[in-house]
Amino acid sequence: MGTKATASRRTFMKTAGATAVGALAAPYVKTAYSAGKLKLGLWDHWVPGANEALEQILTRWGENNGVEVTIDFITSIGNKLLLTAQAESRAGSGHDIYSHAFAMVPLFKHRLVAVDDVVEDILSSQGPIAEISRFSAFLDGAWRGSPSPTGTLSYPTVARRDLFLEHAGIDLTELFPASDSRDPAKIDGWDWEAFLQAAAGLHAAGRSFGAPLATTPDGSAWLAHLFASYGAAMVDEQGEVVVNSDAVREVLEYLIRIAEFMPNSVYAWDDASNNRWIISGEGGAIFNPPSAWAVAKRDNPDVARHIWHFDVPRGPAGRFRAFTSFFWGIWDFSENQSAARDLLRYVAEPEVVTQMLRASQGFDLPMIRSHYNHSQVWAEAEPPAGVLYNYAMLGDERTVFAGYPAPPEIGARIATQQILPTLAALVTQGGETINDAIGWAENELEGVLRG
Amino acid sequence: MRVLPPLLRRKPAVAVLMCVPLFALILGLVAYPFFHALFLATLNKAETAFVGLDNFSFLFGRQTFWMVVRQSLLFALVAVVFKALIGLAAAHAINTIPTKGQRKWRGMMLIPWVIPPALSTLGWWWLFEPTYSAINWGLTKLAVPAVPWLSDTFWARFSIILVNVWVGAPFFLIMYLAALKSIPGELYEAAEMDGAGPWQKFFHITLPMIRNIIAITTLFSIIVTLANFDIVRVLTQGGPLNTTHLFATYAFRVGIESGDIPLGAAVSLFMFPMLAILAFIILRNVRRRAASLA
Repeated sequence: MGTKATASRRTFMKTAGATAVGALAAPYVKTAYSAGKLKLGLWDHWVPGANEALEQILTRWGENNGVEVTIDFITSIGNKLLLTAQAESRAGSGHDIYSHAFAMVPLFKHRLVAVDDVVEDILSSQGPIAEISRFSAFLDGAWRGSPSPTGTLSYPTVARRDLFLEHAGIDLTELFPASDSRDPAKIDGWDWEAFLQAAAGLHAAGRSFGAPLATTPDGSAWLAHLFASYGAAMVDEQGEVVVNSDAVREVLEYLIRIAEFMPNSVYAWDDASNNRWIISGEGGAIFNPPSAWAVAKRDNPDVARHIWHFDVPRGPAGRFRAFTSFFWGIWDFSENQSAARDLLRYVAEPEVVTQMLRASQGFDLPMIRSHYNHSQVWAEAEPPAGVLYNYAMLGDERTVFAGYPAPPEIGARIATQQILPTLAALVTQGGETINDAIGWAENELEGVLRG
Repeated sequence: MRVLPPLLRRKPAVAVLMCVPLFALILGLVAYPFFHALFLATLNKAETAFVGLDNFSFLFGRQTFWMVVRQSLLFALVAVVFKALIGLAAAHAINTIPTKGQRKWRGMMLIPWVIPPALSTLGWWWLFEPTYSAINWGLTKLAVPAVPWLSDTFWARFSIILVNVWVGAPFFLIMYLAALKSIPGELYEAAEMDGAGPWQKFFHITLPMIRNIIAITTLFSIIVTLANFDIVRVLTQGGPLNTTHLFATYAFRVGIESGDIPLGAAVSLFMFPMLAILAFIILRNVRRRAASLA
């Protein structure tokens, strides 16, 4: 008996040890089979056909992994994406995975589970992420969101090359060619003063530059790159209010000048207004991702074939382009976090990103640099040939968003309270002096900073 | 024949039972949200600590908040006055039509009130659209300059008040019409025999007889108009320059969109004491007048 018992114990120990070693050495086993359903609340894409492509990708993943995937596409018009997130976070129920634009991750970080394991896996296999994206989602030492396959975008200058040539004397295809032969010396002269001259020419021809000076995300976006290029900030990295500065005054003076060449309706524009402005043929230039061009291609091809995307003008502090990173986060009330993590890993794979790049006609910008190598979509987009070549940033532009360089939680509130467009409108439409407008901003920022 | 249980044979018990659904609705949809809002308004931004009335004192130092207070009062006063005047005039006009033809007019006049406001306001937004306004298209065809309906402070305020009056005037109309129909015709006949003219009949018979309805309707409308959300949200989102924000839309901006729920709750509760006092005074006067008439 005793011998048998000893032998059994030894056998057990050997078996257990071998199992443990085997388990540690075994490849990572996906656990999506362990759960049945995943509900996704995803951003409703501007580009026709992009939602359908994403739905196909996700449904196929669900079928292959035994997970029933349900998708709700939620528009960002009227801030519905943010409002739904707010409702779900407070109710503690809703989707498992949710799309978060940059300002939303800091706002909801207390309800988003850390996905360090997922993002570190992605970064270790696919290389580094854009610094501005890391700034948005790596909060208090943990990743609260994983790269989304759709939605990440930037705000280049979008203009009619025929009108620029005729009324501003600038050949956009020569200045920003659809090839690697751009001339940095020429591009260096593409600054906000040059843009002002071009805007004056377009305005005189009845084809004005238009950008929202209203409380809408696109309004904050283009003002973010304008302010940054003058070195003007609302709040600095330490969380101190620095709006009362010469740099801010300089930007506001510039805004007073350029607003004369913009339509009066910009004070009531929403995120779709600038798209309509250029698609209709009435506008000469806007700052926007390629959605306006993609829709014009369908609705007004005569306009689409003249559109060109290119770098944002340079200011005294450099050249910046507004950049919005989209993440997918897992709510802490999700009952299927294991499958959700698997899905986050899957949608960050280069094949998925490339498929979505094509489906979105180049609208979606990858936030992982290596993903740019997997697609020629910007080079191949047409008409006109090369229309999106310069959408993927090729020159000296740095990325920025409204509220930068303030800490993410503060920056997010500067963006959501739309302080930049209101400040701009106060001096360009409201008749306030620059000092009074800055005083208003200081007062508002107290609310943003309060604990 | 089935006999009811003893409890259900007692009228007070049945009355209480039948009121239970109403009490449940009031508790769930009025009392709980109200006390929860009070609770939220006493927390810090992270909702982790009790701060008493700090959120209110913080609001009192905000320029934008005081602008919202002024705008909300202006919006409510102007809109309620116009709704009351238009409602009274329309009610009188319909009341003079022979009874047989009144129904279709009543139905048509009620349409703005019965359409969901978010939907009808979207229709108005298309008319006022900042760049491609349908009204402006018509104006320019007539060689009249386009109007900046939503991008200029004056016109944006005008637009939201206009839409609010359009939506709300039928409520006054239907209330006043019901009140006018309850006035005994003998009073007017007696006045006519005494040689009273139309204005004398209006000021000495009509107005005193519908005074209570006017008071209650006005009180109700002030409360609803001050709490308006959908019209501003759809038409202007509070712009331009925050000059069309009302309490509800501003509370939404700071509370929901910017994630400062306690401050948003404080904004939305700000008018409560004033409205409560106003309601108390108006309802007390109504009760007194009703008692004196009885």
